[in-house]
Amino acid sequence: MAHDIPPVLHATGISKFFPGTIALDDVELRLEAGEVHALLGENGAGKSTLIKCLTGAYQRDGGTIRLSGHEVAPQSTAESQKLGIGTVYQEVNLLPNLTVAENLYLGRQPMRWGLVDRRRMNAMARDALAGYGLDIDPAEPLTAYSVAIQQVVAIARAVEMSGKVLILDEPTASLDRDEVQLLFGVIRQLKARGLAVVFITHFLDQVFEISDRATVLRNGRVVGTRLLSEVSQKDVVTLMLGRQLEAQVHERKAASAGAKLIEIDGLGKRGMLEPLSLALREGEVVGLAGLLGSGRTETANLIFGAVQADQGRMLLRGREITVGNPREAVRHRFALCPEDRKTEGIVGDLSVRDNIILARQAAQGWVRPIPRAEVNEIAERYVRALDIRLASLDMPIRLLSGGNQQKALLARWLATNPDFLILDEPTRGIDVGAHAEIIALIEQLRADGMALLVASSELEELVAYSTRVIVLRDRRQVRELTGAEITPDNIVRAIADDDGREVA
Amino acid sequence: MAGPKSSVLRRIMPQLVILGAALLLNVLVFPDFFHVDFRNGRLFGNVIDVLNRGAPVALLCIGMTLVIATRGIDLSVGAVMAIAGATAASVVTDGYGWGTALLAALAAGALCGLWNGVLVALLKIQPIVATLVLMVAGRGIAQLITEGKILTFSNEGLIHLGAGTILGVPTPILIWMALGAAVIWVVRRTALGMLIEAIGINERSSRLAGINSRVLLVCVYLVSGLCAALAGVIVAADIKGADANNAGLWLELDAILAVVIGGNSLLGGRFSILASLIGALIIQSVNSVILLSGMPPEFNLVIKALLILAILVIQSPRITYLMYMLRASGPQPQPDRPPMPKARKEEAR
Repeated sequence: MAHDIPPVLHATGISKFFPGTIALDDVELRLEAGEVHALLGENGAGKSTLIKCLTGAYQRDGGTIRLSGHEVAPQSTAESQKLGIGTVYQEVNLLPNLTVAENLYLGRQPMRWGLVDRRRMNAMARDALAGYGLDIDPAEPLTAYSVAIQQVVAIARAVEMSGKVLILDEPTASLDRDEVQLLFGVIRQLKARGLAVVFITHFLDQVFEISDRATVLRNGRVVGTRLLSEVSQKDVVTLMLGRQLEAQVHERKAASAGAKLIEIDGLGKRGMLEPLSLALREGEVVGLAGLLGSGRTETANLIFGAVQADQGRMLLRGREITVGNPREAVRHRFALCPEDRKTEGIVGDLSVRDNIILARQAAQGWVRPIPRAEVNEIAERYVRALDIRLASLDMPIRLLSGGNQQKALLARWLATNPDFLILDEPTRGIDVGAHAEIIALIEQLRADGMALLVASSELEELVAYSTRVIVLRDRRQVRELTGAEITPDNIVRAIADDDGREVA
Repeated sequence: MAGPKSSVLRRIMPQLVILGAALLLNVLVFPDFFHVDFRNGRLFGNVIDVLNRGAPVALLCIGMTLVIATRGIDLSVGAVMAIAGATAASVVTDGYGWGTALLAALAAGALCGLWNGVLVALLKIQPIVATLVLMVAGRGIAQLITEGKILTFSNEGLIHLGAGTILGVPTPILIWMALGAAVIWVVRRTALGMLIEAIGINERSSRLAGINSRVLLVCVYLVSGLCAALAGVIVAADIKGADANNAGLWLELDAILAVVIGGNSLLGGRFSILASLIGALIIQSVNSVILLSGMPPEFNLVIKALLILAILVIQSPRITYLMYMLRASGPQPQPDRPPMPKARKEEAR
């Protein structure tokens, strides 16, 4: 063995096969002590699979993992934790109804006479968390604290139990800017302590802010490991996509909006959304901007009838309509791609084919099944048009990566030929490539004369495709920006305050 | 490309193997098991008995499969059988024809199903609790109909449904096979099957996709009620009387068991009625083994429990996984797997 210090973790030749696909092909990952190592790649590139192979959640089909020079083969996540590899997932995998201290020490509580020694546990928890710069009451239930703090608690638990390698799988996805900084502070501390941190995210800015090196995966292979101080964001994106990203052209065609399609007049629900009015023309994209909890999703749900409004009315082509439930909305040729793909979008165990056809079939009624050949034709057409990557139309949709699930859901609604498409966070949690494709698709649907209402937290994105932007704050409509007013700056100003009236 | 036929076969293969094993046990304890006679214009034989005696559970499991596919359960089917049997018996003893009696029984079953469906779909009561109500109350209702006694009848038409034959084949066999085939056909030829599965897997997504989940849920319980009613009529006709206390007693559990043996998840989702029907036959074959082996009757339930346990263990995820690993680690690589790791690695070097 060489005399220099072996890497904390060195995985070589990792391979993983799923029926019909090669998920990982001869992948190498080398983590040094005291580094933050970003793992990058489009959805479906193999990041999650690699993590699962490292933590023992999956059994790898080939390759070796060396931890501080010793070969290991964890059979379960519990075993890998014991070996020193801790993982924190995007959805915090703690128990929300237990206290912070209980979450930290679950399964290894300090005991006294056969009972849990609560006082000692709380004291230990307080000390442990103080080490992360958190001064919170560990006797409070976990849900009393924000997601960011929960995230740190999860990290503390993982570090206490493992202590060599910490894997963070999209830890910042649901955090705001300050919370991200809090988290990064913690990561820097761990780095100083000599831990190797693996950081997975879709936010490249954050990658460059916190990480030392990055390994980029594409289609299950490593396409490169780079020292981030030596490369630019564009280089990394190019590596991830394997092609040069066409410069995003934001040249908006003159608002060639058609006839007025839908008018929403004072639609609202007490305690959920203040009355909101807006009108949409064919060939128009209206963006909904606002912070988390500002009422974007609520607006989408009320219009689609997923939640019943208790005031206001809606006019479709000048005629008043009622939308009491999603079924009626679909009948009026509305469509809604919800924010929460997993619980409100996909039907996980059904095949991709069935998922794509679902809304159209539901609209047609069960008595008139869509003929098999037509189903295949529709499904294949959208798989091609939206570039949905899959092994087979028969595979359960839950096996697809996030971006591909999102595209399949878009396909589900496009297959109903909607006049009015509502997209709630269409690009959340999906990779750069799919991101660009979905934005292009929105642009194309608009050009084809569809009316779209798009809620998004990504301002650049809203600016790119919206013909108008409606800004929400505290469940209230506060501003409408049109034409040249639509800039990220103006949106931010409108979200933050009322008097940002200057035109960009 | 695997056609739909071969995928159905793959789906029901485990059940077929278990059924084969159960039948083999029958042959071992009773070599003449497969011997079928044609006497007095009727088929006789142990196999025919299995098919005939299995009718009630087979009928129940048709509806139960659909209910379970929606992530529900119907505990009331045994009681509904009693209600339907009592209804049919009281209608014929009042002097009406067998057709009227059958329709009345089906109407009673439909009403029971509707009740369950409304509790589950509209009032959002958990299915296990909602149907427990009728499971408990149903026998009381049946007793009210029979006025507390065993209501016997001698209407030939009605008796034919349980004890008669058509072209030598016992009528119950024809009824469950016909109903099973009809429901499978309807469910798979229309979009009903897919929509039911969608509801069972993710009701919220399904509703947002525009599926009328409430109506579908009510329908599913309605079908279960109808199946139970038919089973109740057959059981009553077979003994020429309606016994409110014992008709269909515990059969809801056999029906659920048949669905589970059929490989359908109690968590809802993908389902196969065909596999459930085979499950019902497996249960009946096990009953037959116990009967034919001449064991003292007090052993029956214990032996049945052991055999069922064995079946469930074989089907358990752990064992299935182990079997899969065993097969996968064999010397022969799976032909339909992607390129082997070794070959690829050498290539890469």
